Amino acid sequence: MKFNNLLKILLTVLFVFASTQTFAKTIKWSMQGDSLTLDPHAQNEGPTTQVSRQVYEALVTRGLDMSIGPQLATKWKAVDPNTWYFFLREDVKFSNGQKMTSEDVVFSILRAKQPTSDFKEYISTISGVKAIDAYTVQIKTSKPNPILLNQLSNIFIMSKKWCHDNFAIVPQNWDASQETFSAVNAMGTGPFKITLREPNTKTVFKKNSKWWGEMKDKSVTEIHLLPIKNAATRVAALLSGEIDLVTDAPVQDLARIGSSSGHKVESTPQMRTIFLGMDQAADKLRTGNTGDNPFKKKEVRQALYQAIDIEAIKKKVMRGLSEPAGIITFPGVTGYTTELDKRLPYDVGAAKKLLADAGYPNGFEVELRCPNDRYVNDEAICTAVVGMLGKIGVKVNLFAQTKSKHFKELKDNQGDFYMLGWGVPTLDSHYVFHYLYETGASWNKVNFSNADVDAAIRVMEGEVDLDKRNAAIANAWKIVRDNIAYLPLHHQVISWASKSNVDVPIRPNNEPLFRFSSIN
Amino acid sequence: MDNKKLNVWDRIRDSDIYFSFIKSPTAIASAIILFIILFCSFFVEFITPYNPFDPSSLSLMDAFTPPSWTEDGVAKFIIGTDGQGRDMLSTILYGSRISLIVGFSAIIFSLVLGVGLGLTAGYFGGKYEMIVMRLTDVQLTVPSILMALLVDGIARGIISREMHDEMAIYVLIFAIGISEWPQFARVSRAATLVEKNKDYVSASTIIGVSNFIIMFKHILPNITRPVLVIGTIGLALAILAESTLSFLGVGVPPTTPSLGTLIRLGNDFLFSGEWWITFFPAIFLVILAFSINLLGDWMRDTLNPKLN
Amino acid sequence: MLVVAFVSFSLFNFVGDPINNMVGEETSDEERAELRETLGLTDPIHIQFSRFIVNATKGEFGISYQLRRPVSELISERLPATIELVLISALIALISGTLLGVYTGINRRGFLSDAILAISLLGVSLPTFVIGILFIYLFSVILGVLPSFGRGEVVNIGYWSTGFLTSSGLKAIILPAVTLSLFQMTYIIRLVRAEMMEILQTDYIKFARARGIKEKSIHYKHALKNGLIPVITIAGINIGTLIAFSIITETVFQWPGMGFLFIQAVQFVDIPIMSAYLVFIAFVFVMINFIVDILYYFIDPRIRVKAESASG
Repeated sequence: MKFNNLLKILLTVLFVFASTQTFAKTIKWSMQGDSLTLDPHAQNEGPTTQVSRQVYEALVTRGLDMSIGPQLATKWKAVDPNTWYFFLREDVKFSNGQKMTSEDVVFSILRAKQPTSDFKEYISTISGVKAIDAYTVQIKTSKPNPILLNQLSNIFIMSKKWCHDNFAIVPQNWDASQETFSAVNAMGTGPFKITLREPNTKTVFKKNSKWWGEMKDKSVTEIHLLPIKNAATRVAALLSGEIDLVTDAPVQDLARIGSSSGHKVESTPQMRTIFLGMDQAADKLRTGNTGDNPFKKKEVRQALYQAIDIEAIKKKVMRGLSEPAGIITFPGVTGYTTELDKRLPYDVGAAKKLLADAGYPNGFEVELRCPNDRYVNDEAICTAVVGMLGKIGVKVNLFAQTKSKHFKELKDNQGDFYMLGWGVPTLDSHYVFHYLYETGASWNKVNFSNADVDAAIRVMEGEVDLDKRNAAIANAWKIVRDNIAYLPLHHQVISWASKSNVDVPIRPNNEPLFRFSSIN
Repeated sequence: MDNKKLNVWDRIRDSDIYFSFIKSPTAIASAIILFIILFCSFFVEFITPYNPFDPSSLSLMDAFTPPSWTEDGVAKFIIGTDGQGRDMLSTILYGSRISLIVGFSAIIFSLVLGVGLGLTAGYFGGKYEMIVMRLTDVQLTVPSILMALLVDGIARGIISREMHDEMAIYVLIFAIGISEWPQFARVSRAATLVEKNKDYVSASTIIGVSNFIIMFKHILPNITRPVLVIGTIGLALAILAESTLSFLGVGVPPTTPSLGTLIRLGNDFLFSGEWWITFFPAIFLVILAFSINLLGDWMRDTLNPKLN
Repeated sequence: MLVVAFVSFSLFNFVGDPINNMVGEETSDEERAELRETLGLTDPIHIQFSRFIVNATKGEFGISYQLRRPVSELISERLPATIELVLISALIALISGTLLGVYTGINRRGFLSDAILAISLLGVSLPTFVIGILFIYLFSVILGVLPSFGRGEVVNIGYWSTGFLTSSGLKAIILPAVTLSLFQMTYIIRLVRAEMMEILQTDYIKFARARGIKEKSIHYKHALKNGLIPVITIAGINIGTLIAFSIITETVFQWPGMGFLFIQAVQFVDIPIMSAYLVFIAFVFVMINFIVDILYYFIDPRIRVKAESASG
């Protein structure tokens, strides 16, 4: 027995030594922006999660095929609609060598429910969490929650001791510009650990030797994240071989990259829909010129909708890489149908007439807020929209700015007319309604309010009978579609470009999982 | 500069400029190019049928049309269109108008400020002069681009954002102008010091001519030449500074693009084969700055051999 | 220095309400007042100012609005990148500028001289960012010989991260440094040329010729040495310009230096970074002027004599 163990250790040491010695390889990864903070509960935002995902793990997670599977929990069961048990892996260690137990899980879920957490709404149905023994966790919900697993897949588990030692018990307060240890350091159970962090310049991920799982390609030992803001520079860096992988390759350059012999391009429909929001509750537009709020009238919203030539945007701005959308959700999400996703026809004449009928024959003026570094060609789409709306007499002034300011100012209710994109990490329509349509919801900045939709959302949250639940979802989609609560534009298609020998599987949520990467 | 020399200068002033201009092919060529650019930029409405600043007149389906002589080119867009379907030629001309307006205004602003301060400093002397000259020293060490960025940064903080787009061009003029004035101030002060002690100035003072009239009527004409040289070279610098700031994204807003903004926007299409979107504005800017510089160089050699 | 400190202090305090920049709209008035109190914004101006000075001398400028990190940390991270870039390009500009300037100064009417001068004028007319884009396109994309962005591998020596010790670091600095130096180089060429031409007309050079001293020795030992004084002054002052222009070069080449940090700060109205950068630049200018004065003293004997007689 003892001898056996010793042999094992020796072999492992030998193997690790040999593998790191012979095939230490690095993948240099670039995208436009950087993670906003390393604190995994402080910001619920794409690139931030992409970075955290390499270092932190959750109870359950989505695999390459996007289906939910075990991660830190090996199995789980619901003993009644409101009580769940999660059984944890017993061989998990944090990268500092400390064992992960149910204490850490309880701590992390409670941490994500703190007022400074950006996930507190996300898991608002979790009413209690406690450790049954060292490797069993009980989670109670306030009402039956059919999408609990989906939600838990984005709640990362941190070390209780590490957080206590480093004064990071509560998440960093992002809105108050708080500076915490956890915002610039990360220590999780995942396949990588961060050894260097220079925000917006360079982040170095090194393989976590204490990780419980197995890398697909053991020779991949380091990932360098090198954000490059300028699209042309990013492409130049890829083409000249300084970068191995770009996860937001500019659509206009895909042909050029694809024709290069040492490079390849992959595209996949992304789980993200781009749309425009119009504040339909304010009595007077902040940036208008009519003294009232034209967006209050459905005809006006429809006029704007029908004035947008989405096919032209697809062809010219997106170079064919987008799917025009009729609702703010995409294939694969519970509640999506192609019928719902049909757009109202593009019709300038009808749009003009609608506008005149609504009492604005000469149009009006409004400001369109746009991010310029968040979505694929975001600013260019907005510019195109400005031109199209100009043709029906609506004078749109474009205001494009960096994503963090854009989002913050939207949250501060400063937008009349704005662009936003919405992904559905839970793959369930509830996520969309809960954030975008429910009365007073945190991202419902169009101030849409409809009692029937709110009631349907309650059904989605509590109904375990799937037929009834699906009916509620379908009904809610119909209502918001008929009301033209938002102007859907398209589902984004994402494109990753890499060196031919670097293989990182592309995923519809745009999150690379480097544990599945390989270099040939 | 002594009296005799100055008189000689005065006598041949009219002829020598003309003479050396005629003798210098570079000067003629650059002046012609400049004139064409100026003319086209300021009368662009009559030259091209397109107004790239009116978004409703554009068609997105025209976007990325290559120059007319290439395979997919269209005759109505001579040098192609950009990503929004704007005709490149008219966009460039409108853009160069903005660049020129900013450049000229900035130079005039710094000229008035610099000459005003330099004249009065030289004339009145004393503590006032010391302060002004100290200021020019300080200002000279602060690079123009930094000064402009700072002014722009502060303006962004002070002016509300709604106002900022409208104010951007004035902020830019101020920002660039404020960093060019010391040159003017130094030259005019030096000339004033020379003139001040001459008999006719003393005489004028005695017979009660006001300081203002002495400064502007008697002293000012003496510094027109160096000021013209500095102004021309400064104009090229100002245009480049404007395009640089716009390229960095802190200049004029993209809805009314200057040459720098156009280059920044076109830069995204450099690798995708749509080279004309960034190439033409860039080459236009270089030609503009180069011809102004050539003219300035010639002027310096001709008008004021002493000036460095 | 103090003036600049005051400007940047007022920048910090009066450009926009710092409280507004920190909290959202939901924050109640009481909470705002409390935050104001804790930040010491209710103290009289002179106390606030002295506190700013004290903090500034300790290198503390608060926390960046944009990156949520202490400005001092950001600056010390970025400083080495900018300094290395500026030093290298200053060297390139000074050396090649002087050589070309001397050549054109001596051979006044040669074809090569005219060509150099014409190109140098073109160099002044080409905006830095256009040159940068051109270089990237040519050397990185088409030829693929030099990197297009960043610093390559850096080695940390204490607080200092240097790119000089790795081949990728050295390669990475070539394009940005050359781009940055071109504008300065043209100035130095013109300056050296003018100086040379002037000095070669002076009496003592004529005497030297008359004494039969070799032409080469006259050019480099006698003429150039005297001509260098204004060159050094200008080059010194222009280090400041280089630092300012590094903002553009750093943006084009994604060079992780202070200029890149600053331009992002301007776009974001990130006042703490802006005021810190301003104080830093002011400090650099004071230092440069100081050093140039000292160099003067060593190179120009006249000043030394004057100073000695004045003190004696």
